[in-house]
Formats: sequence, structure tokens, C-alpha cells
Amino acid sequence: MTVRDGTRRPTRPAEPVAREAPPPSPRPLGLWVYGMAGLLFGILITKAEVISWFRIQEMFRFQGFHMFGIFATAMPTGILTVQALKRWGMRTVRGEPISIPPKQWGRGIRYIAGGVIFGLGWTLTGACPGPLFALLGSGVGVMAVAIASALVGTWTYGLLRPRLPH
Amino acid sequence: MREFLLQPWPWYVAGPLIGLFPALLLLVGNKLFGVSSNLRHACAAVCPGSIAYFRYDFRREGGWNLVFALGILVGGFIAGAWLRNPDPVAIAARTKADLLALGIRDFSGLVPADVISWASLLSARGWAVIGGGGFLVGFGTAYAGGCTSGHGLSGVADLQGPSFLALLGFFTGGLAGTFLLWPLLMGLWP
Repeated sequence: MTVRDGTRRPTRPAEPVAREAPPPSPRPLGLWVYGMAGLLFGILITKAEVISWFRIQEMFRFQGFHMFGIFATAMPTGILTVQALKRWGMRTVRGEPISIPPKQWGRGIRYIAGGVIFGLGWTLTGACPGPLFALLGSGVGVMAVAIASALVGTWTYGLLRPRLPH
Repeated sequence: MREFLLQPWPWYVAGPLIGLFPALLLLVGNKLFGVSSNLRHACAAVCPGSIAYFRYDFRREGGWNLVFALGILVGGFIAGAWLRNPDPVAIAARTKADLLALGIRDFSGLVPADVISWASLLSARGWAVIGGGGFLVGFGTAYAGGCTSGHGLSGVADLQGPSFLALLGFFTGGLAGTFLLWPLLMGLWP
């Protein structure tokens, strides 16, 4: 990997975050479409109390059905709709092919270790990344500190990445 | 209608709607739904340094997603300002009893203001919960390559094995946080 000063160092290659394939249409959909989708998602998770610290506590203590009901309906809905898109070879509204890059197994360590670390943070703040933004928007201003800390966390991961087992 | 909008939305309404998002974003622009990538995009935008993980074109790869995250923020504002449910979150009575025993006193908001608020940042515990918790969320989701949305919704919808493993990790960490870390932070343990 060539870094800014021109030297080469044996770092792990950055994982691809998106696929090649420029859109065939000259004008891709405006970014506002994604903004609207995010807005609907934000309203949805706020009104469904997915962003509530109390609901997360109720879930991890296995004392209420609400969060499990959300997962138990969201996951099958996601599986059915995404598998249908793939089965029928559907394209985007602009005619691009739909492709989902498979997640790399590696040694599998990152999914357990990273997952456990995230899970700890999830119970402390009561929020995963989407709810962090929704909580800030809904008036819990101190979540700005949690978001800033999350950025420091992600940056630290980027720094340590070559030395962490994956 | 207005009555319904102001109430908390039940799981059987919200769950299926949330589950539509991976397919929706694939149909709109072949985008893989996942919110935690935005933390990486923001780092790439603000402070990539010479770290290979952050050296890519964040506008091209993540511009749409950063706008999506901004949308979540605005959606949270709309739901909080005009659709707010005035009552405390209706958690199970047993959970409320457990949380009282833990030392939580303020049940009025979406988060317990006695441990998560600006005022709580005056204490070490507040920093551990808000700063430490945020750090673990950012570090853990980047390490795991996704969060509740990227793995829990998108990865699961695509039936990807690693995402199911990550979910197991999320829950293991969550249980450890609930039953070990919180009692420790509230001075109940050891």
C-alpha cells in the first residue's frame, strides 16, 4: 500500500467499501433520495423506541418481547425481500445490476472480537450507530459526545488494524 | 391517525418496515445498507492521516451514506419534536425493578438522564458510559465490519455467515455489559 510519503509498507489492504460499475444512466439519483430514506428510517427507529436505552436493557435482560419482536419481523422481511431481488435478478430503478459483495470470513476473529466490543458499547450508551444519530436529533444533545467518541474508536481501529487478528 | 402517530409504534408495524430497508437501498442505487460505515467515512473525510484504512474517495464510496445518516438525524428531530410520546418508555415491570435496584432513578426520557446527560459528564462514570461506550461502539463496529444494521439487517438478509457470527458477538458483549459492566459502574460490584 503506497502511503502519502511514497514509501511502501506491508499493511493489510483496505477492504473495498463499494463496487465498481459506474451507472449506465448519465445522471445517477440525487443524494436527496438517500436523505429521505434516512429520514424515514430515523422516524421509524425513534417511534419504535429502538433508540431507547431502556428497551435495550429490557432486551438484554430477556424481560420484554418488544425488541425481539422487531428483530423477529425485520430479519425475515429482509431475507425474503433481498432473496427475492437476487432470485429474480432485479435491477435498480436506473437499470444497474444489483450485486452484494460477500463478507470475508478470514479467521472469523474480527466478527466475534469486534462484535463483543461493540456489544459492550451498545449496552453502555444504549445505542448502536443509527440510534446515536437519531437520539442526537431527538434532543439528547450529549449523544454528540458519544458520536465523537465513536469516531475516535473507529480511527483507533484504523490505526491498529494491521496488528489486529482478523 | 394522529393518535397512532403519537403512540410508540408497535413491533409488528415497525419491524417489517425496518426490514424493508436493505432491499429498498439495493433497488434505489445498489447500496448496501449499514450505518456504521459512516464513522469510517467521517474519519476518511476529516483525518485520514497515512492510515491505509482511511485512504479512499469517501465522497464516491460513502457520500450517499453520510447523507442517509444526516437523514436519520433529521428523522430523529421530527419524531422528537412533533411525534413525541409524552409518557416514559413502557418497559416491563421487572426491568424497571431491576434498574431501580441498579440505581437508575430517572425513567422519563429515552435515556436515563441521571447517567446519560451533560451533567453526568461531570463524573468519571458519565465519561465511562458516554465516552467509553461511544468509543467501544466505534472501535467494535469497525473491527466487526458492521453494526446492527450492516450485519443484523443487510448481512442477515443476504444470509451471510459472518453476519450471524457477528450477531452472536453483539449479544455476548451486550449480556456482559448488562450483567457485569453496569453493576460495576453503579458501584454494586465487586
